[in-house]
Amino acid sequence: MNYLTILTLSPLIGAMIVAFVPKSEPKLAKLIALFWSLAVLVVAGSAWLAFDPKDGGLQLRESYNWIPVWNAKFTFATDGISLVMLLLVALLVPIVILASWHDAENSRRSVPAYFALILALEGTMIGVFAAADVLLFYLFFEVMLVPMYFLIGSFGNDVPAKQRQYAAVKFFLYSLVGGLFMLAAVVGLWVAGSKTFDWQTLVNADFSTGTERWLFLGFFIAFAIKAPFFPFHTWLPDAGGAAPAGTAALLVGVMDKVGTFGILRYCLPLFPEASKYFAPWAIALALVGIIYAALLAVGQNDLKRLVSYTSIAHFGFIGIGIFAFTLQAGSGAVLYMLNHGLATGLLFLVVGMFVYRRGSTLVTDFGGAGKLVPLLAGIFLFAGLASLSLPGLAPFVSEFLVLIGVFQVNVTVAVIATAGIILAACYVLWMVQRTTQGALNPALSGVDNMRRDLTAREMIVVAPLVALILALGFYPKPVLDVINPAVERTLTHVTSVEAGK
Amino acid sequence: MTMDQLRLPNLDYASLAPMLILFGVACVGVLVEAFVPKRARNGVQLLLSLAAIVVALVYVVLRAGKVNTANAATAGGAIVIDNVSLFLQGTLLLLGFVAVLMFGERSLERGGPFVPQAAVTVGSDKDRELAATEGGATEVYPLVLFSLGGMLLFVSANDLLTMFVALEVFSLPLYLLCALARRKRLLSQEAALKYFLLGAYASAFFLFGVAMIYGFAKSVDFRSIHDAVVANSDNTALMLIGLALLAIGLLFKIAAAPFHVWTPDVYQGAPTPVTGFMAACTKTAAFGGLLRVLYVGFDGASWEFTPVLGVVAVLTMLVGAILAVTQTDLKRLLAYSSIANAGYLLVGLLGGGQDGLSSTLFYLVAYGFTVIAAFALVSLVRDADGEATHLSRWAGLGRRSPLFAGVFTFLLLAFAGIPLTSGFVAKFAVFGAAIGGGQTWLVIFGVLTSIILAFPYLRVVVMMWLSEPGETTPSVSIPGGLTRAVLGIGTVATLALGVLPGPLLDLADKASVFVR
Repeated sequence: MNYLTILTLSPLIGAMIVAFVPKSEPKLAKLIALFWSLAVLVVAGSAWLAFDPKDGGLQLRESYNWIPVWNAKFTFATDGISLVMLLLVALLVPIVILASWHDAENSRRSVPAYFALILALEGTMIGVFAAADVLLFYLFFEVMLVPMYFLIGSFGNDVPAKQRQYAAVKFFLYSLVGGLFMLAAVVGLWVAGSKTFDWQTLVNADFSTGTERWLFLGFFIAFAIKAPFFPFHTWLPDAGGAAPAGTAALLVGVMDKVGTFGILRYCLPLFPEASKYFAPWAIALALVGIIYAALLAVGQNDLKRLVSYTSIAHFGFIGIGIFAFTLQAGSGAVLYMLNHGLATGLLFLVVGMFVYRRGSTLVTDFGGAGKLVPLLAGIFLFAGLASLSLPGLAPFVSEFLVLIGVFQVNVTVAVIATAGIILAACYVLWMVQRTTQGALNPALSGVDNMRRDLTAREMIVVAPLVALILALGFYPKPVLDVINPAVERTLTHVTSVEAGK
Repeated sequence: MTMDQLRLPNLDYASLAPMLILFGVACVGVLVEAFVPKRARNGVQLLLSLAAIVVALVYVVLRAGKVNTANAATAGGAIVIDNVSLFLQGTLLLLGFVAVLMFGERSLERGGPFVPQAAVTVGSDKDRELAATEGGATEVYPLVLFSLGGMLLFVSANDLLTMFVALEVFSLPLYLLCALARRKRLLSQEAALKYFLLGAYASAFFLFGVAMIYGFAKSVDFRSIHDAVVANSDNTALMLIGLALLAIGLLFKIAAAPFHVWTPDVYQGAPTPVTGFMAACTKTAAFGGLLRVLYVGFDGASWEFTPVLGVVAVLTMLVGAILAVTQTDLKRLLAYSSIANAGYLLVGLLGGGQDGLSSTLFYLVAYGFTVIAAFALVSLVRDADGEATHLSRWAGLGRRSPLFAGVFTFLLLAFAGIPLTSGFVAKFAVFGAAIGGGQTWLVIFGVLTSIILAFPYLRVVVMMWLSEPGETTPSVSIPGGLTRAVLGIGTVATLALGVLPGPLLDLADKASVFVR
């Protein structure tokens, strides 16, 4: 079966169908989008079953001619790392669609367009993870920006129009800058790698040290902006704050993972020597990100911006995990990518539910909300605890693996990173306390919507995420079994450099 | 002197047919002006011109594949129809066809985009009366055919004198065309005068360069120049001065900095169909000429000219990108963007070798279609005073006419080089050629300026989609069939060359062999 082609193309086809639903039929557009994304999830699930977890290389490979003159092909293939990410996308999108059921109604834009854009975003994100041809990867990497740009710019209604436009343009420009650096590197890679885009072939190609380092930088800057790492992170709080909650969940939960995924798939195997060379710098940036973003998160009064900052801190953990070059840290980092998608996705969606009820994103506009909506507040606490890696919940496993792995090679880094955990407890617990605990904010009781606890639709939204966070917290083995061989394969490229020189 | 010493050059009519057809039909067009009643003229001229272009294109296609080193040169070696010429001629004819469709559009505005009588004083009673009653001048069709024919000759000229003649043949009608806008007459006339004066200077430089080169090589045909350059005589200074003067003439036409200053004014003032024609076809022709001069005549001197032209390319990209950021008029914005694109084309050209040639050829086709469609769209957004080209007037256009705003967004993304558009493939090709040719520094500047250039494009997108419509947001006119066709062709070509560029890249690659 051509799982990966179907996975990539079907959301795009779905997007086109939904886009042509007349504006007067919003319900129909929503239903089509929801069922379409569920069908995509089924395909992703069957791809998971067809995948052989013992093999760490690229599987489910398909290749079609595209631009013969350049030797570029539509090649799709997946290893354990990208498979996990594919599944995360496929899982989050239907949840987000259900969660954003009423989001687009408040804006004056067309509802079908919103859901069409989400499906288009899904298709391009799947394409990024499934591509095994560097040009194809670049194509999806750039095109992915377009639907996200319109989602942020046209449909957010939590911030004033000016700020939303600013956020959308900033998001697009930052990503485009990174993308163009990568374009230069892709062209360079193509010329230096004897004119092929095939990932498998390029992995075995030899570059001179100087070339390799420049190419590494081109790719790395793009991925560091996307992830984002300090100091390229400033677009994320703006974008996360301005986007509708569901879109923000996709932005932080999946799209940003393209950055860390790209480092694992492209920087490490293609430029192993340069990766070793730049690793200390990358780790330093990641560490600064952990502490700095956590401190900023503590001081935030805007819920969506706060969650965005926590993500930057988490990406720091993923970063040190990747560049520690040990199996435990690497597997931990990949598992972190998945768990962070689940936990922060949940957090963003729950925040979105609060914001939808209250009509404000400010922490100070809440206070004691738990008394009005106990169930929602409970889920909020759960998502917060997952985000600070409470033992027993999924993110704990990955954070623990990263720290153990890093500890083996560099105690200092591990110790500094551990400080980030303490700060995480600060910002999460303080946020939860100020919004849901304590005396009831009198302004809240005047808001009718705040009296409505979790609806049936919202329960269906949060249930799968809560269940997965719990399940993976106690039994991460099935996922780790898929991740481990792939990470091991990725790291052999780097370690073989060490042995060879 | 006996009679048999004066022999006529051998003319290969099969390979010259496209040019002869265009010039011939242009002459017929002049007669049509005299004999066909006014009402029917626009239709007759339009059909005649389109038919001429199509027939010429058929001849170009028929000729392709039959070209070899032996039969390429004709007309006593003054013209060479090799694969590169055919590719460029085909491109020019295709783009010209699309542009002429725009010339014929009469449903957007009563009387079409052209003035009835250009010579009448602006603002006089006669002028107002004519504007209210008369249709636009139909002389534009013979003019554009002459110009197009000149361009075909220009890209296939095999010596510098033929090239100069062709340069004048395609430039003179353009100067006239620029002055024929129906609205904003003074702006249009000013544009034409500027273009004419600066163009005349540029031609003079070119001619002076030809004289220098003649002094250096004792000949003006490219093969002798090539031999003289390779032989490396001690007259290098003469050669370099000559080449520099030639280059100035050509760089003026392609709108490279610092010879670009006419571009924004002329693009803004000229009637929009003419602007589209110039942006696509003049650029193609001028690059065709520059390619032949540099690749065929002076390839032995590439060590000398590459760094200098590299600086010109960098300057062009920077000027185009930075000044585009400050523009508030869409036609001027597109003009600066076209300057920057000339820079990217130069990057590909300086990459050298077959890759440099084929990537430049591909870029010309890709850019041509996109830019014509973009100008066609600009001509649709209008209010009582004609086209509303000020950026602020486009606010909220996405709300009023999502389809056209969507198409324009797509075209802007193509200019910005986002994948799945021809703009991306073209940029990739020229950058690849430049890195392959050891000109990585040009690519670095290319990338940096692309980043800057993304900003103005994005600003238009923000205006259209994210801003609220103002009181003064004009409506988008429902285009007639002709403009619709232009938009359709341009957009589909931009998409098709972005998604499946394989066949055209292949064709450009196969065509990329000059016959010396």
